Amino acid sequence: MEQIGSYTTIFIALGVGVFCLAAGIFVSWLVRPMNPTPLKMEPYECGEPAIGPARVKFRTSFYLFALVFVIFDVEVVFLFPWAVVFQDLGLFAFIEMVIFIFILLLGLAYAWRKGALRWR
Amino acid sequence: MNYIYDLSRIVQWTRAQLHWLADWAGTSVFWADGLGTLIVMFVLFAFCASVVMVLVYAERKIAGHMQARLGPMRVGWHGVLQVIADTIKLILKETEIPNRADRPLYRAAPYVVFVSGFLALIALPMDKNLVPVQLNVGLIYMIAIGTPGVIGILMAGWSSGNKYSLLGGMRSAAQMISYEIPLVLSLLGAVMLAKSLDLHTLVEAQKIPFVVYQPVAFFIFLISAVAETNRNPFDIPEAESELTAGFHTEYGGIRFAYFFLAEYVNMFVLSALGATVFLGGWQGPFLPGWCWYLIKTGAILFVFIWFRWTYPRLRADQLMDLSWKVLTPLAFINILVTGLILVLM
Repeated sequence: MEQIGSYTTIFIALGVGVFCLAAGIFVSWLVRPMNPTPLKMEPYECGEPAIGPARVKFRTSFYLFALVFVIFDVEVVFLFPWAVVFQDLGLFAFIEMVIFIFILLLGLAYAWRKGALRWR
Repeated sequence: MNYIYDLSRIVQWTRAQLHWLADWAGTSVFWADGLGTLIVMFVLFAFCASVVMVLVYAERKIAGHMQARLGPMRVGWHGVLQVIADTIKLILKETEIPNRADRPLYRAAPYVVFVSGFLALIALPMDKNLVPVQLNVGLIYMIAIGTPGVIGILMAGWSSGNKYSLLGGMRSAAQMISYEIPLVLSLLGAVMLAKSLDLHTLVEAQKIPFVVYQPVAFFIFLISAVAETNRNPFDIPEAESELTAGFHTEYGGIRFAYFFLAEYVNMFVLSALGATVFLGGWQGPFLPGWCWYLIKTGAILFVFIWFRWTYPRLRADQLMDLSWKVLTPLAFINILVTGLILVLM
C-alpha cells in the first residue's frame, strides 16, 4: 500500500473493527428477545439483594502497583532505542546503560524494601 | 516457493484488479488502495473470528482429552459445529444492562478490549510479502496498542455497578500492568540481537531462531504472556470460586461473546508475537511462510492450553511476587548479560 500511509491503514482497521462489532450488536438486537423486568436488572450478587453501592473503597496497594508500573514503563521506553543502536555505539553506551539499569534496579529494590510490592 | 500456496499473490492480484477498476472508473489509485485496505481488514476480521472459533474448539477438545473425557461430541462430527451453535446461542440471548451500570461505558468496554487486540494483530508479518501493516516501530506499536485493553477491562469492571466486576477489573488491571514489564523487557533481548524494531526485519534476522540465543527471555515471555491474557494459572481476575466471572460478570449475550472473542484474539496475538520474535516467524523449510507462522503460533497456543489444564491457580500475592521479584529482575539481568556478550564479541 504505497499510496496509503501505515497509520491511515491502522485507522481503517480501527473503523472496520468497530463497525463489525456494532453490526453484530445490531443483528443481535434484531433477533434477541427483550423483556426487562426490575428483578432482571438487579446486579448479580449470587442471588442476594445487593447491599450498598457497588463502587466500594478498596486497598491502596493497587495504586502503588500502578505507580511502580508507570515508572518502569517509562524507563523501558528509553531502553528500546538504545537496544536498537547500542552495538554501533560500542562500550561507552553499554556502560552508560548498565548504570541506568542499575539505578532502575535500585528503584525496584527501594520499592521492594518499602513494601510497595507486597500484596495485602 | 510454490505458486499456488503463496497467499501474497492473491493480495497482489486483487490489488491489480482494483487498480484496473480505478482506471476504468477514472478515479485515482488512492481510492483503489483504500478500498483494497478495507477489504484486507474485513478479511483479517474474518480471520480473527475463525481463529477464535478454532481455538475455542481446540481448547475444549484438548481439555477433554487431558482429563480423559471426549469434550464436545454432539453437534456435528466430533462436535466441530459446537462453537457455531454456541455463537448462535449467544447472539439470540437476551442481554440487559443492569440498572446500576454506567450505560455509555458499559456499552463501550467490549469495543475497546476487542479493537486493541485486533489492531495488534494487523501489524504481525504472516509471510515474506504478507504484512498487513508494515511499521518500522512494529514492536513498540504492538506493545502500545495492546495496552488500551487494560483500560477496556477497567471500564467494564467499573461501569457494571457490581462489586465482583469492580474487584475483578482492578485485579485484572493490576496483574496485566505488572506482567507487562517483564513481557516488554524479555522482547528487548531479541531487539538487541536484530538491531531493529521492525517485526519484518526481526524475522529476517533469525537465521537461527532467537530462542536459541535467548532461552531465558523466551521463558519470561511465555509466563508473562499467559498472565497478560488472564489465563490459568494466573486467572485470579476471573477466579470463579471467589469472583464469579471477574470483570464481565454483568455482561451477557453478544457483549459477553465479544469479551470472549477479545480474550482469544489477545491470546493469539501474544502467541504470534512470541512466534515472530523468538521462533523465527514465517521462516522455515518446505512449507510456505504463512503455514510456518500458523504452526509456530499454534505450538505456543497449545502450551497455553496445556498450562491451563495442568497447574493450579496461584494466590494473588504469589502472582505479584512472581512478576516483580522474580521475572522483572531476571529480565534485567538477561538484558545485561546479552549486552555484555554482544559488546565483547
